[in-house]
Amino acid sequence: MTGTNLLSVADLGPDGIAEVLRLADRFVEVSSRPIPKVPALRGKTVASVFFEDSTRTRLSFETAARRLSADVLTFSAGSSSLNKGESLRDTVGTLEAMGVDALVVRHRSSGVPWQVARWARRAAVVNGGDGWHEHPTQALLDCYTVGVERRARGLRPGLSGLRVGIVGDVRHSRVARSDVLAFGALGAEVTLVAPPTLLPPSLDGWGVAVSHDLDSLLGELDVVYLLRLQRERMTEALLPSLREYTAEYGLTRRRAARLAPDTLVMHPGPVNRGVEVDSDVVDASVITHQVANGVAVRMAVLFWLLGAGSAAGAPPGPHEAADPAAVALPGGGSDDARALA
Amino acid sequence: MAERDGPPEAAGGQRFVPRTRVMEPDDLRRATWRMAHEILERNRGAQGLVLVGLQKGGVWVAEQLVGVVREVSGADVPCGTLDVAFYRDDIGLRPVLTEEATDIPVDLTGRTVVLVDDVLYTGRTVRAALNALADHGRARAVQLAVVVDRGHRELPIRPDFVGKNLPTRSDELVEVSPTGVVIGDLAEPG
Repeated sequence: MTGTNLLSVADLGPDGIAEVLRLADRFVEVSSRPIPKVPALRGKTVASVFFEDSTRTRLSFETAARRLSADVLTFSAGSSSLNKGESLRDTVGTLEAMGVDALVVRHRSSGVPWQVARWARRAAVVNGGDGWHEHPTQALLDCYTVGVERRARGLRPGLSGLRVGIVGDVRHSRVARSDVLAFGALGAEVTLVAPPTLLPPSLDGWGVAVSHDLDSLLGELDVVYLLRLQRERMTEALLPSLREYTAEYGLTRRRAARLAPDTLVMHPGPVNRGVEVDSDVVDASVITHQVANGVAVRMAVLFWLLGAGSAAGAPPGPHEAADPAAVALPGGGSDDARALA
Repeated sequence: MAERDGPPEAAGGQRFVPRTRVMEPDDLRRATWRMAHEILERNRGAQGLVLVGLQKGGVWVAEQLVGVVREVSGADVPCGTLDVAFYRDDIGLRPVLTEEATDIPVDLTGRTVVLVDDVLYTGRTVRAALNALADHGRARAVQLAVVVDRGHRELPIRPDFVGKNLPTRSDELVEVSPTGVVIGDLAEPG
């Protein structure tokens, strides 16, 4: 299975998620080598097209592309011809004309990556976060991190049946939406923990439980996923004060002590230390592992979109059509005839 | 799905039809035995050796060779696996086999690496393997051991240790497994 775009976690389904995570395992091994680089995407160009500030997602994607030997173009809205009045559509056309193979798009408005995907003629489009909507690669690296960290603790690595609490500003969080889809697809039981003002207006079809009481859940959770309080997206008074938020929903040292010993504490970053989580709880968490895994998972996504061929999906090359031996070598001959192409 | 391991249902619905069995399990055992001795002879013992089996068909062969080397010389030679999927020149034309992994247990710098594969054909897999190996350190030397050399090289690559030279037509298929070596054809279904 290969894809043409990665816009939503829902594009992948449970099997697609599992396949990307398996690929990520391979790229963790690549990243651990003395020379952490493979020539898999040599000659391909990946453009990161960010209309909104980002540190880790953009650097993570660009690192991933470079480790696959792809060329990287960085587009940031601030220093572009958008300031001269060029439209988004023309910007996409310009990048495609330069022969870009993949566009990693982040925008503060929901749905922009879908629009870009409709305009793009040949480039694959990856959603690097759109508005309050989705952030699929973050969800994939979160699933990957849960699996790896649980395996490292001698626990069952699968997500099915795990109790995951997503705590905080769900309303403004694209991470929460993608995580709910991904965790849910892999069979985890997700509870959203937030004050009513920080929940979306409707949760129909989300398939999650809701709680306003973090303290009563602490002992039962396998994963506590803290969301950043997105002060820059809050246009109305949704909270009385940050201190009151921390008192009710912050993972303080006192609350962290009540978690089960194997509970994973996660956060998509950037962290507001002292607001949604206490500083020394951050240091005991797996947050930096999430960042490290992010590179391998994004390598997997880029390779899945640009590099992985598929016997079923791809049209046969000229040699394969001409030479019957080029179709398959069951059981023998790894120096096989596909190499003819 | 792998075109080299899974059920002999290949892309395009063609399947492998065995025709001639050219090596029995006993022949295979004797060939591996001899190759292990040749490896020790060429390298004057097992000092500094690493055997690396190419995913997927070369892995079990490498393990067998390491077993014989241990029996003969008493030395435990490190045995690794190498997957060259990310190094091939035909990326995008074939499915990626995500269950295959690279595992090189030691730094290769200064060691003599014996690459092990089941069938040597065009030489392109070996070319990719040489590139992949270079990312794991600078080996003192790299040698190549294959169970079957079936000819039809497209690159200037030759094996150092060969179980059997097997002249084939390029439209034939060669299948190597612990139960022997079989030449066959691809047939249309039905």
